[in-house]
Amino acid sequence: MPSEAVLELRRISKDFGTHRAVADVSLEIPRGAFFSLLGPSGCGKTTILRIVAGFETPTSGEVWLNGRRIDALPPYERNVNTVFQNYALFPHLSVRGNIEFGLRRKGPAAADLADRVRAVLQQVRLEGKASRRPSELSGGERQRVALARAIVLQPEVLLLDEPLSALDPQLRKQVRAELRDLQRRVGVTFLFVTHDQEEALSMSDRIAVMNAGSLEQVGTPREIYERPRTRFVANFVGAMNWIGGVGVRPEAVCIGPHGRRAVITGVAFLGTLCQIEASLEGGEAITALAPAGTTLEPGQSICVSWKSEDEVHFP
Amino acid sequence: MRLRRAFLSPAAILMAITMVAPLAIVAVYSLLTRGAYGGVELPWTFENFRRMWDPVYGAILWRSIWIAAMATGICLMLGFPMAMFIARSGRRKNLYLSLVILPFWTSFLIRTYAWMFLLRDTGIVNSALVSLGLIREPLPLLYNDGAVILGLVYGFLPFMVLPLYATLERLDPSLLEAAADLGARPWDALFHVTLPLCAPGIRAGGILVFVPCLGTYLTSDLLGGSKTVLIGNVVQNQFTAARDWPFGAALSIALMALAMVLLFAARGRGEELL
Repeated sequence: MPSEAVLELRRISKDFGTHRAVADVSLEIPRGAFFSLLGPSGCGKTTILRIVAGFETPTSGEVWLNGRRIDALPPYERNVNTVFQNYALFPHLSVRGNIEFGLRRKGPAAADLADRVRAVLQQVRLEGKASRRPSELSGGERQRVALARAIVLQPEVLLLDEPLSALDPQLRKQVRAELRDLQRRVGVTFLFVTHDQEEALSMSDRIAVMNAGSLEQVGTPREIYERPRTRFVANFVGAMNWIGGVGVRPEAVCIGPHGRRAVITGVAFLGTLCQIEASLEGGEAITALAPAGTTLEPGQSICVSWKSEDEVHFP
Repeated sequence: MRLRRAFLSPAAILMAITMVAPLAIVAVYSLLTRGAYGGVELPWTFENFRRMWDPVYGAILWRSIWIAAMATGICLMLGFPMAMFIARSGRRKNLYLSLVILPFWTSFLIRTYAWMFLLRDTGIVNSALVSLGLIREPLPLLYNDGAVILGLVYGFLPFMVLPLYATLERLDPSLLEAAADLGARPWDALFHVTLPLCAPGIRAGGILVFVPCLGTYLTSDLLGGSKTVLIGNVVQNQFTAARDWPFGAALSIALMALAMVLLFAARGRGEELL
């Protein structure tokens, strides 16, 4: 991955009254990356997105885009575009009108306009829908219009504010792959805000995990999952057992002939796997995974073990 | 269903008595002959409608439309920023809305008289300007078209502000953020996002101001003087001094028909009337 940063946040803080929504956040977004801001609601991730877009002014700190400081510029002078959570399509304009809105203001001469619209409609597979109104489209189609309206301007960074949360769960998984694929094809840097760890893990090149206005950890999905740097990250991203102050992922726990003794308290069938809940001799609870065809039953005694390299420690 | 009908019936009966019946009477009168001492007599005739084609009435009607249109246009230009300000003023909304409605607590007649006191030659405005030495002679502020338009704008501005406020208040703020995000400067966004999305409010406000202004007689009578005769004054005159009820009734019907035609022409695509 290219390491040059297209977007750089330097020591950004944002206060709303007495509430500190973002606390001293510094970030570098590499050009061409799919970069996710992951965290629970209210952690400040959307505020950061709005600061980059220009809808909020940081209380302190600087935003640099492509080597140019932009935090004092109004949104209409920044070469970034946003896909809004509710899509914010103009209801009085057709799909084409929505896509042309930005092109007429930021884009090239009118002669090129029709070609650009046609090309982007093809990219998001909405060729036949150009003259529809947003109210005549499905949720997934609206989301694609919002994407098309933004990527047609070829922004330096595309900001996406939980763009999948308004879709139904079935569609959401399919759109993940499509979105990831689209990002690779158009090569635009994505700054993607989500509270869904699965979404972030499956789509991103890099993830920044946020909590209570601060950055907890920045890294690749694998780093975040396998080497969480804080207890918060370990808990928020994936499931974690806490045994005597040491963290172990459920999939790292082996059920076998050796190890610590435990009694099964529950077995939950998950389809491809079974989730085993057990109680260690000391009374601590532990979760492990077993094949779907397991014969383990509640009340049964088992032994559990894990490799020391799978343990995560926090001071 | 039956309960709903029972709830509606008082209003329906009141409407029938106070609106349909008088309208029917006016319609019948417009087809009768003028009585010697006011009132109406037989025979039936279309004469009243034929007389309207006199160019005198055409000129008065045209002038009425022009003044009503001016008043509506000014109400829109003043009312839109007002409505926008109120819609964006958070917790103070209700205070400002009640201030907009406050003038209704006093009779429109009294308030129009107040304008006479303000605008006449010895009124507050002229005396202040004279005593400040800014002018030597009082300005002709009263008894002209300008005074009538001023009075109409003053009286009907709330009817423009309230429907505009209702549409602006519902406007999704993220649409304006999207406009800015896509490169639209504030004025650009106002003309290409806010205004088109407020079209229903603009139409409703326009109708609520234009129609009563078209038929006004009080404002033009008090503030307009003898030169500014509007169609409403002609109608009023037929029922009083001229004692020609059938002709007054025919003019009323024609005015109403005109208002209906204009309403129909102004309705939005696929929208119901009003």
